[in-house]
Amino acid sequence: MSHDKLIRMANQIASFFKTQPGRDQAERVAAHLKDFWGPEMRAALKDQAKSHEAELDDLVRRALPLI
Amino acid sequence: MKDFIIPWGDDRDMGTPAKQGAAVSLMIDGFEVTVPEGTSVMRAAAIAGIAVPKLCASDNLEAFGSCRLCVVEIEGRRGTPASCTTPVAAGMVVKTQSEQVKRIRKGVMELYISDHPLDCLTCSANGDCELQDMAGVVGLRDQRFEAPEGGMRTHFAARDTSGIANPEWIAKDDSNPYFTYDPAKCIVCNRCVRACEEVQGTFALTIEGRGFESRVSAGGVGDDFMASDCVSCGACVQACPTATLQEKSVIALGTPTRSVITTCAYCGVGCSFKAELNGDELVRMTPYKHGAANRGHSCVKGRFAYGYATHSDRILKPMIRETIDQPWREVSWEEALGFASAKMRGIQAKYGRKSVGVITSSRCTNEETYLVQKLTRAVFLNNNTDTCARVCHSPTGYGLGQTFGTSAGTQNFDSVAEADVVVVIGANPTDGHPVFASRLKKRLRAGAKLIVIDPRRIDLVKTPHIEAAHHLALRPGTNVAVVTALAHVIVTEGLFDEGFIRTRCDWDEFQEYVEFISDVRHSPEMTEILTGVAAEELRAAARLYAKGGNGAIYYGLGVTEHSQGSTTVMAIANLAMMTGNIGREGVGVNPLRGQNNVQGSCDMGSFPHELPGYRHVKGAEVRAIFEGAWGVTIDPEPGLRIPNMLDAAVSGQFKGLYCQGEDILQSDPDTRHVAAGLAAMECVIVHDLFLNETANYAHVFLPGSTFLEKDGTFTNAERRINRVRKVMAPRNGYADWEITQMLANAMLEAEGRPLWHYTHPSQIMEEIAATTPGFANVDYAMLEEKGSVQWPCNDANPEGSPIMHVDGFVRGKGRFIVTEYIATEERTGPRFPLLLTTGRILSQYNVGAQTRRTENTIWHSEDVLEIHPHDAEVRGVKEGDWVKLGSRSGETSLRAHLTDRVSPGVVYTTFHHPTTQANVITTDFSDWATNCPEYKVTAVQVGLSNGPTDWQESYEEQARLSRRILPAAE
Repeated sequence: MSHDKLIRMANQIASFFKTQPGRDQAERVAAHLKDFWGPEMRAALKDQAKSHEAELDDLVRRALPLI
Repeated sequence: MKDFIIPWGDDRDMGTPAKQGAAVSLMIDGFEVTVPEGTSVMRAAAIAGIAVPKLCASDNLEAFGSCRLCVVEIEGRRGTPASCTTPVAAGMVVKTQSEQVKRIRKGVMELYISDHPLDCLTCSANGDCELQDMAGVVGLRDQRFEAPEGGMRTHFAARDTSGIANPEWIAKDDSNPYFTYDPAKCIVCNRCVRACEEVQGTFALTIEGRGFESRVSAGGVGDDFMASDCVSCGACVQACPTATLQEKSVIALGTPTRSVITTCAYCGVGCSFKAELNGDELVRMTPYKHGAANRGHSCVKGRFAYGYATHSDRILKPMIRETIDQPWREVSWEEALGFASAKMRGIQAKYGRKSVGVITSSRCTNEETYLVQKLTRAVFLNNNTDTCARVCHSPTGYGLGQTFGTSAGTQNFDSVAEADVVVVIGANPTDGHPVFASRLKKRLRAGAKLIVIDPRRIDLVKTPHIEAAHHLALRPGTNVAVVTALAHVIVTEGLFDEGFIRTRCDWDEFQEYVEFISDVRHSPEMTEILTGVAAEELRAAARLYAKGGNGAIYYGLGVTEHSQGSTTVMAIANLAMMTGNIGREGVGVNPLRGQNNVQGSCDMGSFPHELPGYRHVKGAEVRAIFEGAWGVTIDPEPGLRIPNMLDAAVSGQFKGLYCQGEDILQSDPDTRHVAAGLAAMECVIVHDLFLNETANYAHVFLPGSTFLEKDGTFTNAERRINRVRKVMAPRNGYADWEITQMLANAMLEAEGRPLWHYTHPSQIMEEIAATTPGFANVDYAMLEEKGSVQWPCNDANPEGSPIMHVDGFVRGKGRFIVTEYIATEERTGPRFPLLLTTGRILSQYNVGAQTRRTENTIWHSEDVLEIHPHDAEVRGVKEGDWVKLGSRSGETSLRAHLTDRVSPGVVYTTFHHPTTQANVITTDFSDWATNCPEYKVTAVQVGLSNGPTDWQESYEEQARLSRRILPAAE
């Protein structure tokens, strides 16, 4: 799947959890990705994140190790 | 199974509507009868089993008292009162039959018949005519009034007695495609006019003239039915006691002799109908009066638009082809299923277990949907299942799940009758959910207030005897800002229901929410510049909703189909919780579901992350239930959603799809991307009634059966499980559940695994009940007995659940969620300065595959672009011009309609016609939580054009080539 789409979708998820109260936003982004994205999509995101680090939302970056 | 038996209640006409009140006892013809206060004598008699003769009365209309046939004698009262307009009183003694009333009735009938043709034997209502029945009941044997020689006129003779053309005679109006109006047969009972007003709420009909000149008239002077405001709902036809308003199908085919109660296969209202037949020939569909969703009403689609079932385009034989540039080849079922099975198994062997998947249908039954998701989970052994709810109400599932704990509307449709303030957000009920709209309009005419939040001035905003108190005409894409601003007003002005929040929700969480929502950035004064909604108007709307009594929210795809669709759903749930508008009659949060079985397809585990009953696949205990029932190991990881399947197909990982009863090429966004995804697959199996657009890319076509040809259940927007009954044999040979089973067995047999052995859908429902807690007590015997039931239906709720969250939320405490507005990335700019939003129209349904194959096309033969006159003028566009509509995704051409229903800067169209393909324009942006596409906001440009675009022409040509079918081998 094209990297811009996966990263855009992940950043979009982060944009919601960023607004939520509490300190566990990264965990919640990770939980959402695990609940709704299959392992192949998560692996692809991780893979693409390596070469497109700059495009990632900070919250996605923090969530990646948790998925 | 008792498929051909009308299973419950009787549908006698009781004369006047039911009332509620204290019990009152009276004597009728020597029998004591006890009825609620306010009941008419006529209805009380009917309850006692005594049918008082009547013509102008009907129990879905208020009593009118015009025909004088229902006169009775009441001890101690003078004269002979009409039983329909006389309420019962305690101790009343009524005689429904006496010499005096018999004489009066006979006299009344004689006068009626003197102005009515006596062509009963050849009349289309012969055997189904109340006038005929009443003439029989009163014993009319003669009519003495003959028109004298020399010119006296009747209403029914084309020429008067002197042979001169009779100006009182009016020719039959057959302008409507489905029924005729024959004034010669009219007895001016007013039932049609009253039905149009009271039941449908359109006010298209009236009685013109007075006395002998009184005539039923549609629209203004010179209008026929088609030219009038008539929406062809059929209420007048249903009400007419004679052949005056008559279905053309009855005129052509004769009066039906048997009927089967079933459920409409169009929108999510899920109306109950009587399919009336002769043999296996369907004569007409009439709304069933005990249908709990529709209470005897219907719309033009369910009532009349069933002709697609026998349309010549229907494919009745299985077909296959190696590649999509070849013509189709008709083959036996065995060959088609063997071909499909080999292809799918080959793909899985080559590309892996997860390289194939299914799309379940929201138009098929629960049982069929359950089997399709079972096919992927238990035969393909992956979780790649999704359904069209992905592209409509998936944010409802997520949003209501997060806040309330369950993915469904909270009310039954009856509840609207108790609402005081109704908020309609991003829905157009008069077009999308017409029978619910009629019930809503009835309540609004009785005084409930209406708030409409929609970029477009939908019909409800101002319609006869109804005017919205507030229309918040927001800019597309700013729902979250508007709904959050409403909450800001309610919280900062102290209009919230503290008692409800303290007992039913988490008070601490609410404190966090208060901190968020009280910020001035959410105030209507601050959001006005983004949303285009005037601050004062928004404040007034918020106050009305919070303090106007029972507040009920109804919403549609204008809420969900956005980048922030799920956030808006949560914002709506917040509003209902903070005002205590949850858990009783007249309130609630109600998603209006698009297709007949969207609710059911979601319930049945169509989503890749959820097993039936909305339980995540990660739950080992849930998987264990199904692993036990199916004898397989279920993948604990979520599978692919529709957009993910298409993305994975384009990048080469997803190769095979079984798509039942959906047309993703037309209905899903960004057509070119969908086409690229389908084209990249090695085996696409389309299971449908017609060679739909998706079938252009298919390798196997399995012909489907219509809702008339199979047994099963649909679950409507109010969680009501309704029976679908087989009224005729499937023309394609098999019901859809049988076909899915045959495909599963073809694969299982090849793999040496145990086969499926369902012989009736009731067995599938038994499996659903055994595995899904909300359906635990549902079975076909119960549905036969009760007619329908609303889930959850289990030991805790043995009678089902008309209203949810009554004593507590499903998740325990209701949860307030912070809803920050985040603008969609889809922005207008110099290249694409307008915002396109899409919707649907009354006469067409979804992709139009069914309705385009009926006479409904007379109302909407093509998609048109609604554009504000200002936007049109600067582009030199005039009414009816061909315009090119372009976005960054693609472009198409269609005709323009200039209207101020849309605000400047906003254009609107429908997606019912493949020749327009509105979804060439829509983009791949989607809801953050669920990937529900953002259909409702696309930046576009509009300019004059000469006609269809090159893309449209090449699409048409490709579609034509891909639909070629080789002549069958001799």
